Amino acid sequence: MADETRTIKTDYLARVEGEGGMLIRLKGNAIEEVKLNIFEPPRFFEAFLRGRYFTEAPDITARICGICPVAYQTAAINSMESICGVKVEDQIRQLRRLLYCGEWIESHALHIYMLHAPDFLGYPSAIEIAKDAPEVVETALRLKKIGNHIMTVVGGREIHPINVKVGGFYKAPSKAELEAMVPDLEWALETSLETVKWANTLDFPDFEMDYEFAALDAGGVYPIEGGERFVSNRGLDIPIDEFYEHVVEEHVKHANALQGHLKERGSFLVGPLARYALWYDLLSDEARGAAEGVGLGKVVKNPFKSIIVRSVELVEACVEALRIIREYEQPAEPAIEVKPKAGAACGASEAPRGTLCHRYEIDANGIILDATITPPTAQNQPQIEADLRGFVGQFMDLPNEELTLRCEQAIRNYDPCISCATHFLTLEIERG
Amino acid sequence: MADLPTIAIWKFSSCDGCQLTLLDCEDELLGILGRVQIAYFPEATRAEIEGPWDVSLVEGSVTTPEEAERIKEIREKSGLVVAIGACATAGGIQALRNWANVKEFASIVYAHPEYLETLETSTPHSDHIDIDLELQGCPISKAQLVDALLAVLSGRRPNVPTSAVCVECKRRQTPCVQVLGTPCLGPVTQAGCGAICPSFARGCYGCFGPKETPNTVSLAKRWSEMGASEDQLLRAFRTFNGYKPAFREESARHGG
Repeated sequence: MADETRTIKTDYLARVEGEGGMLIRLKGNAIEEVKLNIFEPPRFFEAFLRGRYFTEAPDITARICGICPVAYQTAAINSMESICGVKVEDQIRQLRRLLYCGEWIESHALHIYMLHAPDFLGYPSAIEIAKDAPEVVETALRLKKIGNHIMTVVGGREIHPINVKVGGFYKAPSKAELEAMVPDLEWALETSLETVKWANTLDFPDFEMDYEFAALDAGGVYPIEGGERFVSNRGLDIPIDEFYEHVVEEHVKHANALQGHLKERGSFLVGPLARYALWYDLLSDEARGAAEGVGLGKVVKNPFKSIIVRSVELVEACVEALRIIREYEQPAEPAIEVKPKAGAACGASEAPRGTLCHRYEIDANGIILDATITPPTAQNQPQIEADLRGFVGQFMDLPNEELTLRCEQAIRNYDPCISCATHFLTLEIERG
Repeated sequence: MADLPTIAIWKFSSCDGCQLTLLDCEDELLGILGRVQIAYFPEATRAEIEGPWDVSLVEGSVTTPEEAERIKEIREKSGLVVAIGACATAGGIQALRNWANVKEFASIVYAHPEYLETLETSTPHSDHIDIDLELQGCPISKAQLVDALLAVLSGRRPNVPTSAVCVECKRRQTPCVQVLGTPCLGPVTQAGCGAICPSFARGCYGCFGPKETPNTVSLAKRWSEMGASEDQLLRAFRTFNGYKPAFREESARHGG
C-alpha cells in the first residue's frame, strides 16, 4: 500500500477557456508529480506582431482571447501611449474604465454562474442547472448581457470591440446613450449584491494557502484599466516598466504557456483574490458592505472562496459603471493624435483573471520591433500547481473520483484562460 | 429527449470567441438548448455524449498534426460540419505564420521550440475536409449563428449574406466613411457584422473576410489614390482573413 502508485487525471478540463489537462502522481502518501499540462496550440502572437504597425496592436492582441479582449486592447494601448509619450484626458480614461467594467461584469458573471457554480452545486454544467433552477441561469444570462451591452455601446461589439484605439476612441458615446443603460445597471447592482450572499452559502473545503498576492497599483483607485506600479503584499513595489526584471518566464516541457515566477521568490498569485487583498480599502462602500455583510475578511486565503470575491468585484464593477455614467461628459474629441516615437515600454491592465502585461519596442516609423505579452494565467500557472500540491496533500484520503473533481475545481478557482496563456488544461492524478 | 438532435462544439487553434458567441446569445440560449442535446462543449460542460453527432460546430484553425487528424474524425462522425469564424474559415490571424518561417517564430516566443508540436501553416478546415456551411467573421455574428442553428434544426437553407458591408451601411444610413476620406475595406468585405466600424466613424478592417467576387484591385487602387502606402495595403489585406484566397492574392500584389 505504502508504495502503491495512484494517478488522478483529467485529460481535457472542462469549463475553462482553452485546452489543458492535469496529472497528479502519488506514491503512497508522497506526491511525486503535479503538472498542469497545457496543450493549447501556440499561435505565436509575439512573433507575428513584429513588422506590424503600432496602432494595430490593440486589434491584433484582442484576438488572443475572446473572453477578455478589452484587457488586451487596453494593455496594448497603455504600452503604446507610454512609448509615444502621450497621456489621454480623464474622460477618455473613464470611458476605458467603463468599457472594462463591462468586460468584468460579463466575464465574472460567466465564471461565477456558468463555469464555477456547477462544481459547488454538483452539476456538470449550467445547462443542467437550468433544468432544475432556471432562475439561476436566467439571472446569470441577464447579468452577462448587461456587461456585454456596455461593451457594445462603448466598444461597438462585445467580442473584439472595434471602437478603441491608441489615443482614445474612434467615436465617443453621447451621455444619453450611456444613461439609457442605468436602469439595467441598477438591476445588475442589486443582483450582484444578492450574488455575494448566494455565493457565501456554498460549501467550501477547509483549505488555505499562504499567497504572495500581486496586482497593479492604480494610484488611489481599485485597479482595472491600468496602473503605473506592480505591487505585492510581500514588498514587491516596482514601476510597471520593470515588470520583466522581476517576473521571469520559464518554458517547461508540459506546457505551451510560459510559466511566470517572481525572481528569487517563486510563485505568486494575480487576480480577484490579490486585488481584493491589496486594495480592499479602495472598494466602494457597496462592495465593502457586501463583503462585510457575509463576514468575508479583508484577506481571503481560501482559493475556493474566490467565487465570493469575484462576486464582490461584480458589485464593484456595477458601482463604478454607474458612477462613470453619472459623471460623464462627452469629450470634445474622442481621441488625441498619436505620432510614433522610437522606444520601448510596458503597459498593463487588470484582466478579470489578473494582471496582464505587454511590452513593445517600436521604431520611429511606428513599426513593432519586439513584443512580449504575459497573461495572468501564465503568471498563475505555478501557483495553480502549488495549490493542487497543497490540496492533494491535505485531502489525499478522498476517493479518486471526488479528489479529481475537487482538483478540477481547484483549477477553476483561477478562472484560468489557457487561450490566453497559450490556451488549456487536462487533469490527471496518478497514485502509487 | 433522446430524439433531439445532438450538437458538438469543437475547438481548434483559436481565441474561444466564436464558441463564446453561443453563450452570448443570452436571449436565445435557453430556447436553443431546449431543442438540441449538447453532446460536446467543454467550454461549458463536463458532460459528453459519444458520436456520431448530427451537427458539429468547429471553431479555430488547423495548426498541429493532432488537429489535422481530429478534424477528419469529426467529419466522419458528423452529419453536418459548420465552420465558425475567421480561424475556421480562413486560418485566422495565426495564418500570418504562412508567410514566415515557423521555426523562427517559435524561437522568438519559446526558449525550447523543440517542445512544441506545430505545423508550418495555419489553415481553414476546408483545406482538410468537406465543409457544409461556413460562417465568416472575427468573431461570427450572433444573429447568423442563431439563424444557422435554426436552419439546421428545421432543415431549411441558412441566410448567409453574400453582399458587401456597404449594403449594411446603406441600410443603416451610415454616411460612407471612404467618401469622407477614411480608407475602408467595406466594399470587398462580406456583410454580417451590421457595418459596425463605419457607424463608429472607422473604416471597415475586413474581419468578416472577402465577399463573393470582391473587386480588391479596384479598391486597392482607390486606397493608393487616397495616399495609402504599399505596406499599408499589404497589412490591410493580410490580417484576420489574410489567407483567404481573394485577400491573399491582393496582399501579394503589394509585396511580401
